[in-house]
Amino acid sequence: MEAIRWLLAAAGVEFEEKLLESSEDLDKLRHVFQQVPMVEIDGMKLVQTRAILNYIATKYYLYGKDMKERALTDMYTEGVADLGEMILLLPRCPPDQKNAKLTLIRERTTNHYLPACEKVLKSHGQDYLVGNKLSKADIHLVELLYYVEELDPSLLANFPLLKGLKTRVSNLPAVKKFLQPGSQRKPLGTEKTLEQARKIFKF
Amino acid sequence: MAAKPKLWYFCGRGRMESIRWLLAAAGVEFEEEFLETREQYEKLQKDGRLLFGQVPLVEIDGMELTQTRAILSYLATKYNLHGKDLKETVRINMYAEGTLDLMMMVAVAAFKPPEEKEESLALVVKKAKTQHFPVFEKILKDHGEDFLVGNKFSWADIQLLEAILMVEELDASVLSDFPLLKEFKTRISNIPTIKKFLQPGSQRKPPPDSHYVEIVRNVLQL
Repeated sequence: MEAIRWLLAAAGVEFEEKLLESSEDLDKLRHVFQQVPMVEIDGMKLVQTRAILNYIATKYYLYGKDMKERALTDMYTEGVADLGEMILLLPRCPPDQKNAKLTLIRERTTNHYLPACEKVLKSHGQDYLVGNKLSKADIHLVELLYYVEELDPSLLANFPLLKGLKTRVSNLPAVKKFLQPGSQRKPLGTEKTLEQARKIFKF
Repeated sequence: MAAKPKLWYFCGRGRMESIRWLLAAAGVEFEEEFLETREQYEKLQKDGRLLFGQVPLVEIDGMELTQTRAILSYLATKYNLHGKDLKETVRINMYAEGTLDLMMMVAVAAFKPPEEKEESLALVVKKAKTQHFPVFEKILKDHGEDFLVGNKFSWADIQLLEAILMVEELDASVLSDFPLLKEFKTRISNIPTIKKFLQPGSQRKPPPDSHYVEIVRNVLQL
């Protein structure tokens, strides 16, 4: 859900949250796929993170100006999501596998994902990934960069353009507000929050 | 005349199959280059054609698109299979994401050791019967229309048919409690472009076997 919070926040859209605290809370959700994340917006109950993100991005003009820009936005978003997922799932890793997983994440970050994004920015020299305008791709990437930094700040060392993007996006008034304590931003999951999730979702 | 889209992938379903289905259903002819050796893959990477170093890769309209969902979304819009407005598009995306999740489980299962593979595939059938198919049956029942969204053929319908057939390969009786899905399956299968794709000799790929798994492992050095 965090990517959805970032996107809404960056678009300057106020939103309410109902946080699930028990499995009964989950059972009460009677809708299409019986899943979360679920977002009620414009009279609809939406599930499937990507469907939700793409709806919000389109509605708030954060999805490129045409089909081709949208395709580029999607490509960058998907790559970022792959790495993001690896990092987010780290708490679920059994202790004896954690080091190997961390090494893999470090390798992927430094050799694949960040260089690819740095290269995109270098190739056109513009302030944002797509179409010289802020899009969901930038927001998702910057969110990821915060997680990477939390994992190991040295991982960002060789990517000056990404650092520049991170600063630039972080300084946008709506994002700056979201980054302040007391906003609806949530911290990265820990073993404790994982335990709570296990109880609610029964896995 | 526009060049045909060109698909770069292994000669098997994996993450490319839904793309093949979409193109075929839209009546679009496409070419394929099959990855069989590590050298081919490394060349693609060295030439900078794989943004994040991964396939599928689709060359279309002067772009080198990677990332399955980026490709699918582009094609769906290009061939008018993505709804008439944002509200229809989001529903199509929701339904497509659901079926894509299910089919990815099948694709990934092929690479697991035999016991885990059996378990994974059994779970797919269970999820299909208890989570996915009841939802789609209800959607069709609620509006009584021929297609999932907007009374018009869309990407969501193509994905659902693909998913139904894939799960039926695991358990032929899986639609026994879903009369509307059975009708849906027949109806969509009879659409001329899809009918053609379902015939032997088309570009549709068979389920993954050990040979396919071996090639992928070699090329990607897994």
